[in-house]
Amino acid sequence: MPIMNKDGQLTAQDFVAARKRLLKMHFESGVGHIGGNLSALDALMVVFHEHLREGDKFILSKGHSAGALYTTLWSVGRLKDEDLKLFHKDDTLLAGHPPPRGIDDIQFATGSLGHGLSLAAGTALALKFKRSEARVICLTSDGEWQEGSTWEALIFACHHRLENLTVMVDHNNLQGFGSTAEIASMSPLWEKLRGFEVDVDVIDGHDAGAIRSSLEGRGGRLRIVVMRTVKGRGVSFMENRMEWHYLPLKEEQFRAAMAELEAR
Amino acid sequence: MRQQFCDALVARSTNPSMLFLTGDLGFMALEPLKRAMGERFINAGVAEQNMISVSAALAREGFEVWAYSIAPFCYARPFEQVRNDIAFHALPVKLVGNGGGYGYGVMGPTHHAIEDYGVLLCLPNMSVYVPVFDEDLAAVVGRAGETKRASYLRLGRGEKPKGFAVPDYAPWRQLSQGRGPVVIAVGPLAGTYIEPFEQLSPDRRPNLWAVAELPIDQNPLPGALLAQIAKAPGLCVAEEHVRRGSFGAELALYIVEQGIGIRKFRHLFARAHHFDRYGSQGFLRRMAALDADSMLAAVSEM
Repeated sequence: MPIMNKDGQLTAQDFVAARKRLLKMHFESGVGHIGGNLSALDALMVVFHEHLREGDKFILSKGHSAGALYTTLWSVGRLKDEDLKLFHKDDTLLAGHPPPRGIDDIQFATGSLGHGLSLAAGTALALKFKRSEARVICLTSDGEWQEGSTWEALIFACHHRLENLTVMVDHNNLQGFGSTAEIASMSPLWEKLRGFEVDVDVIDGHDAGAIRSSLEGRGGRLRIVVMRTVKGRGVSFMENRMEWHYLPLKEEQFRAAMAELEAR
Repeated sequence: MRQQFCDALVARSTNPSMLFLTGDLGFMALEPLKRAMGERFINAGVAEQNMISVSAALAREGFEVWAYSIAPFCYARPFEQVRNDIAFHALPVKLVGNGGGYGYGVMGPTHHAIEDYGVLLCLPNMSVYVPVFDEDLAAVVGRAGETKRASYLRLGRGEKPKGFAVPDYAPWRQLSQGRGPVVIAVGPLAGTYIEPFEQLSPDRRPNLWAVAELPIDQNPLPGALLAQIAKAPGLCVAEEHVRRGSFGAELALYIVEQGIGIRKFRHLFARAHHFDRYGSQGFLRRMAALDADSMLAAVSEM
């Protein structure tokens, strides 16, 4: 369980502990997608430990970061250690991408990119119809903004003034088979987003304080938090290397990664 | 049918949890619904993928959601959204496709929907409604509105013969009686065969049935129809849908699995988009051998 400081905020040790548990889970299950999990993990930890209130909804649009989501849910006590041990194995709830049912905190099965923001917009609109004060957080990848449906969703969310929706972008600059810059550059993405009637923050996605501040900002408009992140963050031989979008850890790599994290 | 569909939804819209989304369609048809529903009538714009995912999310939050477009734009364009966001989550979104089959006629193949229910019925938790007559819409909207399954309404053009008394809605209805073969037609196509069959002598006149709900495992064949099939000189199925994934293919499998003996089986179905020329729904039905003359020729051989 996290240590948290006197202000109820996660400590540096909490983020390290989450990274170690994530790596252990992926290693024991022989599963890749580690790089994008490590880039998203800090944001997920802050969202679930410090930001979400009763009734708020979170939608992981970049479903390939399911490992980070499961680890975070374990960290907040919503999943058990035994659940994580079954990750990616037969007869598990914890598939490689978030499942459609069985885990209350997971609103929708995602994994095909370009669905999550529409689902989040629909959820936010539903909450407005209900006159609810609850909020919706959606975490997208950066490559996902190449999906036309993501822009359809943004247009819809702006038109319907869904100020109860916050979109976080894990902008780690690497996608499936190259960098976002060399495949379909929109650089800088945040300048494109600022063309809409939204509040855009560009922050360090591994700075808990910056994540915290940006999430709490209330501008009365839809907020987009572009988080500049590092794929594979925390494990030096993974950082900014595309192959860690896919590769599972070998035993010596796992031991080296754990040793590096323990030395922090 | 759009007028009757609109009337039925206006009546239903007193339910405050009902929401209606359209992909920017409904001019000269849905204005009364727009007026009745106010902010609960949402024009989601020309963005069908988003409309379907938004519909799924609204349904997950407990709203009764209807999502409307020209038929191919509500199932073909956003198929993955229907599959992942609606069907996988067993959400009771009601998809409404206007102009099913060749309904948009000379508008061209981009607007035709001749593989719609076959594609959708590959998905879990899905029901399909193909109303036969304009008079069916009140009942069909009620049934789709109450079901806990995802549903697809294929709206067409009711083709009731002049003076024909439409029987009360039922998923299966017998529309003509005789001692000839059994004919089953899906949706409005059934109405086009009533009058030609009435011209035949009772000995040759088919027993014509209209089916309005699919698939068969949710809407089994009535006993009277099964009895007729067992005794008839043949069974002919007609539908404005391609053969693969069709009702006819499913029925043939059902008959084999049930061990029902039939003497002859004919299937009249929509042809894929292979025509060199385009025209009205009637023209395309003739090209596909779905028109009344083709049907009469088919049953005369049984």
